Amino acid sequence: MSYIVKVQTTASRMAVIGAAILIPVAFVLPLFASRSLLQDLFFIFTMLTLAQWWNLLAGYGGLVSVGQQAFIGMGAYAMFGTVILLGWDPVPSILAGGIAALFLALPTAFFAFRLQGAYFAIGTWVIAEITRLTIAQWKQLGGGTGTSLPRSATRDMMFVDGIKVLFDTKTSVARDILAYWLALILVVLTIAAIYWLLRTRRGLALAAVRDNLQAARSVGVNPNKIKWLTFLSAAFGTGLAGALIYMQKARISPDAAFSVVDWTAYVIFIVVIGGIGTIEGPILGVLVFLLLQSILASYGTWYLITLGLIGIFVMLFAPRGLWGLLTENTGIQLFPVQRRLFMNKKLSKEK
Amino acid sequence: MALLKTQDLTAFYGNFQALFGINITLNQDETLAIIGANGAGKSSLLRSISGVLKSPSESILLDDKPIGHLDADEITSLGIAMIPEGRRLFPSLNVEENLMIGAHGKKQTGYWNLNNVYDLFPALKEKHNQPGTSLSGGEQQMVAMGRALMSNPRLLLCDEISLGLAPVVIKNLYEAFPKIKKCGASLIIVEQDIVQAMKVSDRVCCMMEGKITLSGRPDDLSMGMIHAAYFGEEES
Amino acid sequence: MIFLDSLIQGILLGGLYALFAAGLSLVFGIMRLVNLAHGDLIVFGAYLILLLVSLLNLNVFVATLVAAPFMFVLGWILQKFILNRVLGDDILPPLLVTFGLSIVMQNVLLETWSADSKRLSAGALETASLTIGPINVGIMPLLIFISAIVVILVLNLIIYHTSLGRAFRATSDDPVTASLMGIKPKNIFSVATGLAMIVAIIAALYLGVRSNFDPSIGPARLIYAFEAVIIGGLGSLWGTLLGGIIIGVAQTVGATINPEWQILSGHIAFLLVLMVRPRGLLPRAFD
Repeated sequence: MSYIVKVQTTASRMAVIGAAILIPVAFVLPLFASRSLLQDLFFIFTMLTLAQWWNLLAGYGGLVSVGQQAFIGMGAYAMFGTVILLGWDPVPSILAGGIAALFLALPTAFFAFRLQGAYFAIGTWVIAEITRLTIAQWKQLGGGTGTSLPRSATRDMMFVDGIKVLFDTKTSVARDILAYWLALILVVLTIAAIYWLLRTRRGLALAAVRDNLQAARSVGVNPNKIKWLTFLSAAFGTGLAGALIYMQKARISPDAAFSVVDWTAYVIFIVVIGGIGTIEGPILGVLVFLLLQSILASYGTWYLITLGLIGIFVMLFAPRGLWGLLTENTGIQLFPVQRRLFMNKKLSKEK
Repeated sequence: MALLKTQDLTAFYGNFQALFGINITLNQDETLAIIGANGAGKSSLLRSISGVLKSPSESILLDDKPIGHLDADEITSLGIAMIPEGRRLFPSLNVEENLMIGAHGKKQTGYWNLNNVYDLFPALKEKHNQPGTSLSGGEQQMVAMGRALMSNPRLLLCDEISLGLAPVVIKNLYEAFPKIKKCGASLIIVEQDIVQAMKVSDRVCCMMEGKITLSGRPDDLSMGMIHAAYFGEEES
Repeated sequence: MIFLDSLIQGILLGGLYALFAAGLSLVFGIMRLVNLAHGDLIVFGAYLILLLVSLLNLNVFVATLVAAPFMFVLGWILQKFILNRVLGDDILPPLLVTFGLSIVMQNVLLETWSADSKRLSAGALETASLTIGPINVGIMPLLIFISAIVVILVLNLIIYHTSLGRAFRATSDDPVTASLMGIKPKNIFSVATGLAMIVAIIAALYLGVRSNFDPSIGPARLIYAFEAVIIGGLGSLWGTLLGGIIIGVAQTVGATINPEWQILSGHIAFLLVLMVRPRGLLPRAFD
């Protein structure tokens, strides 16, 4: 008898086809869509990017960080810094944001990995606070009150002129289209990168480290290397998203850019409600999040109370989230990472 | 009336089945030895009786009352104490505290108290202030036995008392059993050391692959029969 | 002289941080649970005292006494009906549930009390001070520090010299074997969280008397508490006091140099200790 290992499912093949249709449609969407729809989608794409990275950390890596706002703020401030102090164009500055977040992740990981288990969570939070307080001292970037991108930088931004001509539209709309495209590229690359990572040997090792550290070690997985890799890549992705979000906002302050509610709480709720430890979960979660926001956003505090209660409720009664509930009944997997064994009937007959 | 009875007892660790329909009966003041190779299900049987593993309610009866569904702490309060495999002393408790916690919240009274445990194991008295885990293996086993006795159990479950100990130490520990029996406890002894187990027991059950393959009085069983039941081979 | 003064202020402030931390430390020690809503529960406690003061016209100390049993029950219920359900080998669910709780509590407080900052009044005691040689020490900071010592003494007495404390330690070591001793680990957890909430209400009293508070300040208190616990070393309440003192001194000395550096200095002191002694200054021998 022989066996073959399969990762693909019928649903995943359909997902590939779906993505092959959806992604090009999303790219040409600015031709038809209203500006407010593009802004909503920008929000969805950036939140989804953050959610995917946090999910990789916590859901796959077991690294529950509540300090991801450190990398948002760092990425955003590095982008502002290179624009204001070095006179760069905001678009390439986004990359500088990602790299700055990566550099911040080095000392963060060094300290936070010294803390065992659950204390890791608060450790990351402390680093985020330290970064916020330090950047608030940086007077050239507005100190505690913050600053804006210079008008000249936002007006002459790369690609904006071309988009203006192409779509025959105002500068402000062209900027939104550019931000939308960048967010779309970022979220597609994020999901692709994470999916690829999870399907490689490293992804297997990641799950092994989360499930049983000792056992993983004994089969030759280096848990430290995997943890570092995960943490650093999540910081890079989060930093890029942070820089992009603040490029679109064009105004920054330490309290906003390092907000634990905006950049970590919302993200955690998106992942938890959608389904932690799956790629599909955050996608579903961000849609629920947007739905709740459109219903409750005008109630401010009640919105957060509701989200928090739903999050707690999900952890208590459906810890695998909405996507978990869905797959339990249907077995659908759009992004399968499990390797499943099938008996190879042909071969076994020959024997 | 039987003190303890199991009826078609099964046990699972997740999807793995460890026990396949075990039927044993233990009478008052009786000592039952359960022997068998590693992985035969002996410890699973004790873990089921003590409530560490959940069982169907009716599959374990104490005084003809179903107790299979109860939690470990509820079963302990019914007078069943366990000496767990590997002794499992509490590292943050000293010897005396380890003993005293055996009587935690218990109402049963009887012979066993701190003084009488120290009489049984004098070595512990002088070390009563030391962390339990700083003692030698044999002494740790004495603490584990004393700890279980402190609850004045009607039924004492002993899981692999001899594990990892030198023969002379094992002999020492087993010398405590006549006294324990005299003070009113029935016993189930799980052992790999067949000789010691047979010496103190009234009946022996041999287990293999989650089933009982042989049972009887120690005198009636030949080494050959035990060997067969132990390893599943034909008598040679 | 300014430095000596801020050193003493810092040490006394450390007492407050130790009070923030003692409950966190107790709960982590027994069930390896990090309650991310700990700071918010303290802030909630301060509002509860405020409510009792304004409703029943009580003195703040009496109001704390009245609130204490209520907080115990609250902690007990929280543990029994929510946290016990998610405790296990996976650290994720309890962290996420307490994080959710933290967000919910902040916003419920915001909704009921608004974002305006409040304060508890201890009357003349607030301004009274004691002059020892050249140093002037406020009675209130001194009282806070002494309370911290008393709380730690009482907690240690419970942990090391009562049968409840024995059960705490046994459950912390090995819950399965503890259950073979007739201990119900989940009940022990509920009692421990209740106890931690009694410490939290004492911390809440002094939080409210010493400075203004509003619904948003819980997470910062959690962070100070956490830093104190880590600096001190897990499992040692005296270590936690030492950790609180180090944070407190770093903050007051930092503030003397530049007021904007106050909070930052505390965090940096924490990082320095974490770098040099990752297991804290007074770690437990085993873990």
